Amino acid sequence: MILEVAIRHKGFGAGKAARPVLADLAFSLGANEIVAVVGPSGCGKTTLLRLIAGLDAAFEGHITWPGLARPRLGVVFQEPRLLPWRTLWENLALVLPPGQEGAAEALLHRLGLWPHRDAYPGQISLGMARRAAIARAFAVAPDLVLLDEPFASLDAANAALGRAILLETWCARPTAALLVTHDLLDAAALADRVLILAGPPSRIAAEIPIAPDQRRNDAASAERLATSLRAAIAKGAISGS
Amino acid sequence: MGFLLLWEVAARLAGSRLLPTASAVVAMMAHEAASGDLLFNLGITLLRVAASFAIAMVLGTALGLALGVWRWLDLAFDSWLIVLLNMPALVLIVLMYVWFGLNEPTAVIAVALNKLPSTAVTVREGARALDRGLMEMARSYRMGRLATLRHVVLPQLHPYLFAAARSGLAIIWKIVLVVELLGRSNGVGFAIEEYFQLFDVTRILAYTLAFILVVQAIEWGLWQPLERHVNRWRR
Repeated sequence: MILEVAIRHKGFGAGKAARPVLADLAFSLGANEIVAVVGPSGCGKTTLLRLIAGLDAAFEGHITWPGLARPRLGVVFQEPRLLPWRTLWENLALVLPPGQEGAAEALLHRLGLWPHRDAYPGQISLGMARRAAIARAFAVAPDLVLLDEPFASLDAANAALGRAILLETWCARPTAALLVTHDLLDAAALADRVLILAGPPSRIAAEIPIAPDQRRNDAASAERLATSLRAAIAKGAISGS
Repeated sequence: MGFLLLWEVAARLAGSRLLPTASAVVAMMAHEAASGDLLFNLGITLLRVAASFAIAMVLGTALGLALGVWRWLDLAFDSWLIVLLNMPALVLIVLMYVWFGLNEPTAVIAVALNKLPSTAVTVREGARALDRGLMEMARSYRMGRLATLRHVVLPQLHPYLFAAARSGLAIIWKIVLVVELLGRSNGVGFAIEEYFQLFDVTRILAYTLAFILVVQAIEWGLWQPLERHVNRWRR
């Protein structure tokens, strides 16, 4: 167990405009486990990630890291969020903890970014920038990687490519990861466990473990898994609550 | 070049002692430079400009950054800034001399105080436009304060800093001359006052021309290469 989340209440605004976003939302995350949090756009998924990343401390409840004094995070945002005025390598080097340079180099080689290490983010394609952002998140030897809809703005083919790259990276450096997405296909392709959010305010409506032999298979079986997940959810996991 | 030609022709037509020809001014500049007076006064003035400029830029940037980031500070200091921004340079200089004496630090600080508010205001605009996404990235990856300032914040302020530096240099050297004229016994401002009393327009223009050449050299030799360097990532 590396992360325990127990959020009683998180809202935005005050007075009449107050709007609860998350309520009574609790789950935990084990080492090297990938958990997908799935919900419709605007249901508070990004808010949840921001709470876990420590970017927003205004909520009721607690988020604890058993056994970790200062958890190290890798975050993949919706956009790459690389520093445009630093080269690809500098973008990684700036956040690397001491001694991780070799591992970061290996990761860049593996993702085909090494030849572009001295390019500025504006000089490479957006796809490469996304890959670099994923590499950065895994290169810092994180205790947990947070992924905020990393493939949301991609077409189907590129999203599939993105999932493959993410999987490749995770295999190279396994770590706990929390993937927030509106797309069940992301969850089916990557997760050990799927949490379905429903609301508002959002809470966990269903928790679906993926059988070990169905985890992280090829794209076709991910499609089939996503379809069966969709069917299971429609059958009542959410509405039956 | 065209300006020099126009000047030469106009001066020859006027034929007056009060408007010397460009060639006479250039010759005088060379003569004064050879005697050492020009270089000495120019050097003293440049030192004062450099000191005032450094103080105004560093403190102005820090203040502007703080004002842009923290709204409560902005509200608290906004009226102070407006007072300082609209205070005539001459009044500030005279007050500083009266309160702190006719000495070098007072002169330098009086000049810096004249420039500081406009630097702060320019940088504040930049600080208000800082990319929140990149700041969040820096925070979640636990970049230190200094590293965040150097690699995330300052690069976003570069255009504002260059704007402040260029206009700052132009204003500061003008104000330094006033400070020298009022309360120093050397420097370009002091020399110009001397030649003013003698109605020696040739020498006044020679000093002015020398200073303009220096500023142009700074533009070509410092600002432009520096700007190319910090903008190397732009396509």
